[in-house]
Amino acid sequence: MLDNYIPIFLMIAVGVLFGIIMVKLNEWLGPKRPSEEKLTTYESGMEPVRTARERFSVKFYLVAVLFILFDIEVVFLYPWAVSFKSLGWLGFVTMTVFVVILFLGFVYVWRKGALEWD
Amino acid sequence: MENNYLADLWNSSPIVCVVLTGLVLLLVESVRRGSGRLSYAVSLVGLASAGVLIVAVGDVAQPAFNNMIVQGPYAQFFTVIFLVTGILTILLSRGYLDRQGIHRSEYYLLVVFAISGMMLLAYAMDLIVVFLGIELMSICLYILAGFMRTRGTSMEAALKYFLLGAFATGFLLYGIALIYGSTGTTNLEQIAKSFAEHSASPMFLVGVSFLLVAFAFKVAAVPFHMWAPDVYEGAPTMVTAFMSTGVKAAGFAAFVAVFMRSFQYAGSPVNDVLAAIAAASMIIGNVTALAQVNLKRMLAYSSVAHAGYILVGLAAGNADGFMGILFYLVAYVVVNVGAFGILSLVEDSNGQKLSYDDYAGFSAQRPFLAALMSIFMFSLAGIPPFAGFFGKYYVFLAAVKADMIWLAVLGVLTSLVSVYYYLRLVILMYFREGSGDVAVRPTWAAMLSIGFAAYLVIQFGIFPSIVVDAALKVF
Repeated sequence: MLDNYIPIFLMIAVGVLFGIIMVKLNEWLGPKRPSEEKLTTYESGMEPVRTARERFSVKFYLVAVLFILFDIEVVFLYPWAVSFKSLGWLGFVTMTVFVVILFLGFVYVWRKGALEWD
Repeated sequence: MENNYLADLWNSSPIVCVVLTGLVLLLVESVRRGSGRLSYAVSLVGLASAGVLIVAVGDVAQPAFNNMIVQGPYAQFFTVIFLVTGILTILLSRGYLDRQGIHRSEYYLLVVFAISGMMLLAYAMDLIVVFLGIELMSICLYILAGFMRTRGTSMEAALKYFLLGAFATGFLLYGIALIYGSTGTTNLEQIAKSFAEHSASPMFLVGVSFLLVAFAFKVAAVPFHMWAPDVYEGAPTMVTAFMSTGVKAAGFAAFVAVFMRSFQYAGSPVNDVLAAIAAASMIIGNVTALAQVNLKRMLAYSSVAHAGYILVGLAAGNADGFMGILFYLVAYVVVNVGAFGILSLVEDSNGQKLSYDDYAGFSAQRPFLAALMSIFMFSLAGIPPFAGFFGKYYVFLAAVKADMIWLAVLGVLTSLVSVYYYLRLVILMYFREGSGDVAVRPTWAAMLSIGFAAYLVIQFGIFPSIVVDAALKVF
């Protein structure tokens, strides 16, 4: 049974080996001319002013979660739209129920003020 | 096609009803913010109508939605447990939430959605539906565990439960994937049919053991019980009550459904593993419970031990065992709702008054509640006139019939150990002087539900045939 997986294992082994060989080759062949400029965060961009490791508002998290929720909704809508004709009314009703349930969640989120930024 | 769809909807109408209740609660909270009392009423009405529907649908086994779920006596039995647990929990919760200052309608919303997930587990005929039900139930509980968000212990409980629960879910999914990979199906009936030819395949067995890990986590069996004491202690008391009753019953609903329908054959290695888990749970649960000071922690370890007793029935794997599991679950759920209900009445608004010593002299101040608490403790210890005794009796009988006499002996011995920590509470309540007075202001609803729980404990203890007949119809 595991025979079927031999190509996959081979692929993994080749991938790992290839990665290691390339990194090592680069280290060995590439020229090295270190300078102070190369150690900065953006070699040719803005000067960083503060550390990036700061606390930021938890509201971003809420927005991200809500975004994922409605993003997933769209992911489900696409395959339904593609096979709309073959699914017929049953598919339409099912999808309507799905969207209505999500809409209720949206109303709740809205009324609770989760979409307001202050 | 259309007609078929309607029949499917009718067969699953209790679940649909509970989900609709949840959606209505969502709408209620959107339209009128802070409408805790309205949500309380709506959730009770919704759960009660689901109860009416489950009776109306009948107990003829009928698959629905392309054999994803199956309506029948099994689903019916467990749904009744979940609905009764849910209604008792909600009745007890309102006063508790008021006292703790966290009375919000989201509480009822989450409880109702968790119940719909549990029902899905009882209806499940497909591993995907099992996954869906476990997630629906667990996600609601992660939030409920952290419902007192200003209290550190509650947050700790939520985070711990969430992280470990997510890990267990990973095991569940991976197990489902491996089983699908080796059998080509996620349907429990078809897995059962092809069990014989796959039982030697390592991929299949690894998949089964991953499922075992996930379910053992959900029912808090050793060695996957580590989360239980901290989460049970930190979560709001009524949420703990819900977790240790409804969730445990739901976990076993899925556990039994999957392992009975698909993986259970006489002499299969699965049974030996189950027996080992059962033995470890009984020993570690009971022995650790001896050393607890906090009653919620004691009940957490006791719930680990009870998971062990129930697993004895599953390990035995015969008809008596399954009947024993069902009876045990009914007895255990009813008792635990009552016991946690009393704990939630005595607990003060800072989350204190939960240790053994706080109950010293309780009988002098609250004789009725003390008597009920004693009934619950006697039943948990398995002393005859109460329901807990028959639960243990049927489970151990099944083990003896399955030639697992050592497991039955171990069960009886560990039950003896448990008598110490259950009766210690009774002794404290009746034979010790209390230091201060316990401020208990129970609501009528709370008293009614605790009294009802005690009534059921006695009723099922004296006339076990009520539950036994219903349980026998299931198999």
